[in-house]
Amino acid sequence: MVDAPTAGSEENAADAFLQGGPSLRHASGPYFGSYGGRWMPESLIAALDEVQDTFEKAKADPEFIAQLKDLNKNYSGRPSLLTEAKRFSEHAGGARIFLKREDLNHTGSHKINNVLGQALLAKRMGKTRVIAETGAGQHGVASATAAALLGLECVVYMGAEDCRRQALNVARMQLLGATVVPVTNGSQTLKDAINDALRDWVSNVDHTHYLLGTAAGAHPFPAMVRYFHEVIGEEARSQILEQTGKLPDAIAACIGGGSNAIGLFHAFLDDASVKIYGFEAGGEGVETGRHAAAISLGRPGVLHGARSYLMQDEDGQTIESHSISAGLDYPSVGPEHSYLADIGRVTYEAVTDTEAMDAFSLLCRTEGIIPAIESSHALAGAIKIGKRLTEGKDTPSDVTVIVNLSGRGDKDVETAAAWFNMLDEEGHVKGTTLSTRKPKGPTERTSEAAVDVNEDQN
Amino acid sequence: MTEEFASKSAVAIDRAKAEGRAALVGYLPAGYPTVQESIEAGIALARNGADLIEIGIPYSDPVMDGPVIQAATTEAISNGFRVANVFDVVAGITAATDAAVLVMTYWNPVMRMGVDEFARRLAEAGGAGLITPDLVPDEAHEWFEASDKYGLDRVFLVAPSSTPERLDMTVKASRGFVYAVSIMGVTGTRTSVSSSAQDVVARAHAAGAERVCVGLGVSNPDHVREIAAYADGVIVGTALVAALRDGGVDAVGQLTKNLSAGLGRAAAEA
Repeated sequence: MVDAPTAGSEENAADAFLQGGPSLRHASGPYFGSYGGRWMPESLIAALDEVQDTFEKAKADPEFIAQLKDLNKNYSGRPSLLTEAKRFSEHAGGARIFLKREDLNHTGSHKINNVLGQALLAKRMGKTRVIAETGAGQHGVASATAAALLGLECVVYMGAEDCRRQALNVARMQLLGATVVPVTNGSQTLKDAINDALRDWVSNVDHTHYLLGTAAGAHPFPAMVRYFHEVIGEEARSQILEQTGKLPDAIAACIGGGSNAIGLFHAFLDDASVKIYGFEAGGEGVETGRHAAAISLGRPGVLHGARSYLMQDEDGQTIESHSISAGLDYPSVGPEHSYLADIGRVTYEAVTDTEAMDAFSLLCRTEGIIPAIESSHALAGAIKIGKRLTEGKDTPSDVTVIVNLSGRGDKDVETAAAWFNMLDEEGHVKGTTLSTRKPKGPTERTSEAAVDVNEDQN
Repeated sequence: MTEEFASKSAVAIDRAKAEGRAALVGYLPAGYPTVQESIEAGIALARNGADLIEIGIPYSDPVMDGPVIQAATTEAISNGFRVANVFDVVAGITAATDAAVLVMTYWNPVMRMGVDEFARRLAEAGGAGLITPDLVPDEAHEWFEASDKYGLDRVFLVAPSSTPERLDMTVKASRGFVYAVSIMGVTGTRTSVSSSAQDVVARAHAAGAERVCVGLGVSNPDHVREIAAYADGVIVGTALVAALRDGGVDAVGQLTKNLSAGLGRAAAEA
């Protein structure tokens, strides 16, 4: 998996595996091949059992299913649209690119699917407090949202470096009533936020549910988080059939922990004709060592409770990952992805910061959609596979590709403005500091609400 | 518990028992502040009353550790600690003392070296076995094989939250002793020892554990005295690491001496 496989090997891998093989759907864990499991302290095993038991019962309970469907429809705004990106497609070899619009969900990303499900489970378990980790802040915002909606206390652990990169989302979480704890251990990013969330959980497990935000971690999280996101792929599959009359040639998603990807992939795993691509964060380039491409360049190990591909050194110490995208800046990956990589059903490739930001800009200018930088990795990947799949074809528009647009890019505007050289020396957007009027409005008063927000952090 | 051969940990605990007291287990990280000083600190532990020594492998993602041990192990790594150095530390302490020396480690460094290779080198260094905070028996097939092959102790943890079934399974899987986590939490000093500790120890004994040691939050002679009344051993970690940080090897020796004064169950009763 070090290099992108050639087109020939891609075509054969999926078919070979699927010939007469069992269905790849609904894998229940704890193991996905040799991956997954529960590499966790004994103190947390009882809590994991409780989550698993509650989840299994809820899945079989029509009342729970109805509750979740109602929230998905009337709160999140599902089903999310499948939008054909006609002008963007011209840059992808002429393949027809369709965007699964998870960016249009309430809170602006796919993360809401999982948090609503898990927050309902937390209520069922009688827990009064949820904790979460967040990288880009999308999962933290979604968790704070679900907690507000269902009346739960919410504490979000966020790497101090990520707080800096995603300051707007820190404010959003606080406005929603959550406490944000900046994590200054280790690399001060997502993995360290998970470490601190686990430390909190082991200390407060009697009344606290750990609302893990990605399809990684100890069983039952990978299978459970996937379950709550399966709606993405199920909708996309019926929408593409309705819009084009056939299955897509390929589907693509970005991979950090891999929750949006597994949610899209799941419905298509048994469709042998559909090629499936996961795009990891290649950072400054996989050859530089500064990346987050765990499958492409890692080797199996255990982190945060699961055996999976992991960026680690010769001593088994976790290597710090790098990506312009806070949400993909994670040195491991969900265990089901490791399994799908090994059996060849899904092809995983790395996309660099530069490629992702080029695709970000392209989507803004061709479709009027500002994507999350995470999702921009999938867009960049779609351009590559669109070109690859249409090569030599007389009618490239016969080729269809679905890309999971997992989130919107409002949170990334500051990062993008810096990347595209839109800021002046003081970090202000150029041309926004010319007003000669005295500032008025909220800046003049000492808001009591603002003071409260700060106090909540202590 | 399986006892096909003389478990070094069991021998050390039984020796204390024969003296009418509980055993003292002292934790220090390998390579903190340097490899050489961690050997000296381990020797100071043993010479001042520790019966068993738990040498931690500094790891990048120590989810069961509080701030003091995190800071120490992070410093050890930035001072150049390599996992293979742990064998030098174990060999250095066992050569100079009678204490049983166990290694406490998160699982990924062992997996990375290869479970068999790690076990072989630990046995060669004179180590007694492994304490595994994030490895439960359910995932330990390779470790069962390797620990049997090289005659090493397998110290698994039990917690207040462990169900009777899991407690039973974990006790059977363990060799040397069972590590009872006194409270639901991570390492760090606390003002009092949770009452749940006594309950966990009683449940582990009832499940057939011959030797149960209590750790997490134990930091002073009063805690030691309290636990020594019902457990076979008392594990102290954070307080020793803080002593090493603040006062060096001498402070470790002094604190160990103070702590061991609390062990005298029989003396107190006599």
